[in-house]
This record gives sequence, C-alpha cells and structure tokens, in this order.
Amino acid sequence: MKFTVYRYDPDKDARPYLKDYEVALEPTDRMLLDALVRIKAQDESLAFRRSCREGVCGSDAININGKNGLACITKMADLPAHVTLRPLPGLPVIRDLIVDMTQFFKQYESVKPYLVNHEAPPERERLQSPAEREELNGLYECILCACCSTACPSFWWNPDKFVGPAGLLQAYRFLADSRDLATSERLDNLEDPYRLFRCHTIMNCVDVCPKGLNPTRAIGKIKEMMVKRAI
Amino acid sequence: MSGALAVRRFDAIVVGAGGSGLRAALELARANLKVAVLTKVFPTRSHTVAAQGGVAAPLANSSEDHWHWHMYDTVKGSDYLGDQDAIEYMCRRATEVVVELEHMGMPFDRLENGKIYQRPFGGHTQDYGSAKMAMRACAAADRTGHAMLHTLYQQNVRASTQFFVEWMALDLIRDPQDGAVLGVTALEMETGEVSIFQAKATLFATGGSGRMFFSSTNAFINTGDGLGMAARAGIPLQDMEFYQFHPTGVHGAGVLITEGVRGEGGYLLNRNGERFMERYAPNAKDLASRDVVSRAMTTEIKEGRGCGPGADHVLLKLDHLGPEVILQRLPGIREIAIKFANADPIREPIPVVPTAHYQMGGIPANYLGQVVVPEGAGHEGIVPGFYAAGECSCVSVHGGNRLGCNSLLDLLVFGKSSGEQMIRDLRALPRPHRSLPPEAGELSRARLARLEGATTGERVADVCNDLRRTMQAHCSVFRFPDLLVEGVAKMKAVAARVGRICIEDKSRIFNTARIEALELDNLAEAAMATIVSAEARKESRGAQARIDHPDRDDANWLKHTLWYSEGSRLAYKPVHLKPLSGESIEPKVRTY
Repeated sequence: MKFTVYRYDPDKDARPYLKDYEVALEPTDRMLLDALVRIKAQDESLAFRRSCREGVCGSDAININGKNGLACITKMADLPAHVTLRPLPGLPVIRDLIVDMTQFFKQYESVKPYLVNHEAPPERERLQSPAEREELNGLYECILCACCSTACPSFWWNPDKFVGPAGLLQAYRFLADSRDLATSERLDNLEDPYRLFRCHTIMNCVDVCPKGLNPTRAIGKIKEMMVKRAI
Repeated sequence: MSGALAVRRFDAIVVGAGGSGLRAALELARANLKVAVLTKVFPTRSHTVAAQGGVAAPLANSSEDHWHWHMYDTVKGSDYLGDQDAIEYMCRRATEVVVELEHMGMPFDRLENGKIYQRPFGGHTQDYGSAKMAMRACAAADRTGHAMLHTLYQQNVRASTQFFVEWMALDLIRDPQDGAVLGVTALEMETGEVSIFQAKATLFATGGSGRMFFSSTNAFINTGDGLGMAARAGIPLQDMEFYQFHPTGVHGAGVLITEGVRGEGGYLLNRNGERFMERYAPNAKDLASRDVVSRAMTTEIKEGRGCGPGADHVLLKLDHLGPEVILQRLPGIREIAIKFANADPIREPIPVVPTAHYQMGGIPANYLGQVVVPEGAGHEGIVPGFYAAGECSCVSVHGGNRLGCNSLLDLLVFGKSSGEQMIRDLRALPRPHRSLPPEAGELSRARLARLEGATTGERVADVCNDLRRTMQAHCSVFRFPDLLVEGVAKMKAVAARVGRICIEDKSRIFNTARIEALELDNLAEAAMATIVSAEARKESRGAQARIDHPDRDDANWLKHTLWYSEGSRLAYKPVHLKPLSGESIEPKVRTY
C-alpha cells in the first residue's frame, strides 16, 4: 500500500514536504489508524495524535485524500491503493499531521457551552420528558474532532469571527435543552454578521462529520429561533 | 538539558483531566485556589470518554433500591477484598454526585415521568444479592462516559479552570526529609520544554494501564503514567494483580461492547447456540459479575465450544431486542459493531472475547483521596501533599473485581472527595511553599538526557509489543503457576530493555517518539507490579484466577498486596472489613 504523507518539523525543516511510504499491511490492519501506527513503526518521526482508536475521543482527525475524517474509523478497505494524508486544513500546523486547535476551541468556548440555570436546584434531578431529551440527540454526541469546522470555507476565511459548525452545534445543544434558561443571552451572543450568519449552508460539515451529525440543521434551527424572537 | 528548570507555583495541581481529575478540578476552582490541571491530551480526549453503559446510583427510579444493597453488591463483587468503609462512603454519596451531575447538564436518558433512566447491570441486585436485579445504572444511551466527560469539561470552562493541555507529567518531586510531595516535573509536548510544577497539594488522576495487554479495550494513552511516577518515587502500588477482563470486547479489535447490552436483555451464545451462562450463574446468568462471565467464556472457548472458524470467540446476541431498543438505547455499540465487526446487531450477533479493561489496583489511597503508605508500625501513614483518585488509585472500592458502572461513580465520588480534602488541607495549613530540594527535577533530566544521548539501543515499538505479548500470554483471565513464573522472568528482561530504549527522532517539537518512550517507562512499572503480585498471590479471588489454587483463601490471603518498584519487593496490609456504620459484611462463598 502506498501512502503520501505531509511532513513538517519546524525544528529541522525549512518548509513542509510530502513523503512517500510503502507499507505492507497485515490482515489485522483494518483501519487507517492501524496503517499509521505501522508507518510510525518504520519511521518513528512521523507525528500524529491518537487515543481511543474507536471514534469517540476525536484525537485523530486528519485530511484523507482531500476529505476530513477520523483515521481510527476509516476502513482501509474503503480507501484506494494510494492514500494521501494531510493535516486538517485551515489551522496552523505544529508538526506533521498535528494542528494547533487553539482557535477551534476558542470558538467552542465562546458559545458558553455549559448549562445555565440559576434557579435553585431541586433535591433530586431536574425533570425532563423523553421528548425534551430527544431534542439533544444529534447534538450532544459531538466529539470536538474539528473535522467539520476545518472543512468549512467560512471558517477558513474568518476563524476568529465565525463560530464554525462545531461551536454552533454546541450552541444549539444548550438552546435545545429544556433545562437551560439562558436562551435570550445565547441568541444575543450569536446576533452578529459573522458569528452565526457566515454560515452559507455549503454543508461540507454534514458531509464530513464522522459521527453523522448535522451542524447545518442546528444552525438553521438557531436562525429560526432568531426570526421567531424578532417577530 | 542544561540550566535550572523553570518553576511554576500553584496551590494545587491535578495531573490528568478525565472524570476524576475534572471533578476534583471543579471543586478546587470553585474554592478560589490557584490550580493547574496538567493533561497529556485535550480533556475531552481522556479515556472516560469511552465508558458506555452507565454510572451506578441507587436512585430507585425504576426498581426499589438502597445504598445498603449497592454496598452489599460492591463488597460481594470485590470478592471481599474491597475496603468496606470506602465502599460505604461511595455508595452513600452516589445519589448526591449523580444528581449533581444532572444539575450540571448531563444529558441522561429519561423515563416517562421525567426522571433519569436506569438499566440493570452485572451484579446489581435487590435485597442483598437476591435473584431480583436492581435497575441502578444511570445511562445516557450507551455514551454515558462521553456525556459525563463533556459535561464536566463544560463546567470547568465555566469555572475558568487553568489547563495545561498536552503537558505530560514526568516525575514526582518529594521532600527527602519526610517524603511530602512537592509537585511534578512536566514536559510541554509542543515545545519540548520541561518545567517544575510546584504545589502544596498534588492530585494524581492519571487513569489506568490497560495498554500493558495485547488485547485491550483501553486507549493508547492508558500507559499507567501516575503509577510509574509513584513507583519511581518509592510509593508502593496496591492490588495490581487484580486486572479486570471485560467479557465483551469485539473479537480481533478489542473495542468495548457495553455490559448494558446484556442489561437491556442481550445474552451470550456458544457454538451450539447454547445460552451457556445459565450453567455458570443460574440466577444472574449473563448479568453475573464480570470476572465470572469472562471465566465462563474462556472455559467455553477452551473446551472447544467457541464460535467461528478458529472456535476462538463467543457470540453476543441482541437482535431479539428489536431495532427500536437498539437504536434508542444502544446506538453507539451498533456503530462500533458495524465498523469493527462487520455485524449489524439489529440482524446478527456480535463476535466477542474477554478483553483487558480495568485496573482495580493502583496508588494506595483512602476515601478522602489521601495517598497512604506503610510507615513505622502503621500500614496507612498519609503522604503529605499527595492525593490520588479514579482508576490510578486503589481506595479500595473495587477490591478483586469491579462492578460495572462503579468506575464512573468512583470518578465522581472520589474526584469530589479528594478535591474537598485538598481544600481542607490547604486551608488548615496556610503556609508558603516549602523550598524545593536541590535535586528536584534531576530524575526527569536524567531520563531525558539518556534518550537524547542514546545512539543505539532498543526500539520503543518492539519492546512495547513484547511487553504486551508477555502480559497477555502469562497474566490473563486464567493464571497458571508455571506461566506466571516464566512471565515474571520475561518481564524482568523486558524491563531491562526499556532501560536501553533509543529514539532516532531528537526533535524538540511534538516529539511523539519521545513521549512513547517516556510512557513505556511507566507501563513497564505497572506491568511488573501486576505480574509479580499475581505470581505471589496463591489463591483465586475476583479477577485473579489461579489454576493451582482454584479457591479463595481468606485465612491466608484476605489482605491487600503492596508492590515496591525497588527490588520488586512485596508487602501486605489488612483489608478494612469494618464499614463506617453498621456491621461488617462477612466473606462467604460467592455465587451468582
């Protein structure tokens, strides 16, 4: 199997380059992450993040033949014989396949991604009907891998001003929570030409999300809430 | 590596940002202390994220339940090795910490009446071990750990907790006078810089060491870093021979399939289509304790009743639950089964094998999170300034075998209690930082300098694979005396090779080869502790199942193991049989 991998170590490389690897895979190497681990056994200087190897921690998001995805749940069988791997686009590269995610997390934090409810909590759990809880499905499962935001042209252009699909999905996760009481503050926080409205429904986010989530739909719901509040 | 290391001073530091670290950090941040949380991965990448089935608490939302019953089940599940005071403490605080988590925004599934959804789980019973199962596992579908870790991280964002992300702690710093812990050295992965993090209180919440086995449900990051740091600094590791093999890891991939599948009504089949757990545990059947189910599966496979061309696994059947239950309650495991086993559980069973999962042992601590070591004639002298919580600690609430859903509960209860204790200790002793000993940081500098200078030697990947193969072959579900003895010798050889690791990559910037070499130092300590302790314990109890000593031996072995790195020496200490209140739960024959 042939791999072409983006390499850059600022400690020794003047500029990034692409390096080719020929790797003999074992039958147990089912996922792209298995292949990456095998490449690293050949060339330990290749740097990438990885942890859970089952698609829940969000560490190993990379650009695979031009499309963002998680290495650990991308099946080798679904890839062509030649695979090109690059870091997630649009974020500064620290080294090889490792990007600096500071801006991504800054946007996530900017939506106040936590439940706000200033009423005195009851002695037991707050009640929530199954239907109300259902509203959180497709939202709370986000793993913050950044596949979506770094596939979004609007985020590439304005990573400092546009919250991006991942952050907006989480903004809606709390807007949709029957226990959260900060709806109007949350909408105020997004009422801005950039923060929410730079989404032009290109839908790359939906296309790449490894968890099958739909940030565009969540963004549409926020826009709907804005409109409802205005009239 | 020349010149003095930079020193950063805090009131308290937390090493690790999984469930227990984040829960403790939240407590500390709210107390207006200067706190740093060091973590080698972004907090939501921590392994708590992979927990699936639920968190145990006797809320009694769906079946009658009491903390007494939960306590009884936990003591019995531990095969009587658990400390009963700590178990009582955990079970009595369970409702409080779970309700609190709900108030923080945890997206628990709900019952029609709006309360938290609870499901049955292995070893959770009503009325002190009766045949009636308790519905005690509070669940967010089969993503409970993910939902919990994100909720705790979110609350820390709100509390403006100061994180040092992608900083790997390297070594403990102790005061040579009295052994007090004064902080840690840590490596910033992005720049390769090493600093000293000096603190009046240091909490280890560094997780387990599941990567020591070849087939493991554990993430790459679970390399026993806290255990290695503690062991190198002279702190013993407790009960490390008790390593849990989860019954249902995906065959060939190791990825976890939650016990919640069996809680929802799934069951195991052998090659004859027989529901074999009925023979091994007539009452609880597939919801017996994990050690019991893993042994039964291994026996079925060994006796030729395994499935598939290699007869090397059994099947987990759940298609009879119907698509609705699977899609609503078990969507994550369906995703995993499709991806890693090519099986859609709505239509076909999942091939599973017992897979290394959870370390019951760890750094000896009490239920307030204080690390305790033998001192003079006493067994439990407090190490000033040092705390441990979560999987890296041994409190010991899990004893010889952990019950499902008690790990997430452990994180919440002891994350919180250790945070509370650190605050009490900091307030009781308002004093400036002690001065650091002149040799502070020397051990880390020497380790790094050796890696820097080595031009020939062993490769990390080779040594690590040999370590994992050795542990898998010699210290697995069933333990054989000759294999254990041989395994100890092999592990000693592996440990010697760890000292000769050479990395070619000398870059300062995000050098993952260096990180893996440093992790291997830790993993080797944890693995050595595990196999040496297992070889020495001549009985079967919980997850320690010896072929030559098939029975529990309370007369000789109702005691905790302590393993010291120096000389690989063993010591023992008594189990706390006395609860905080009420009568002891007396050891008896354990059946399900």
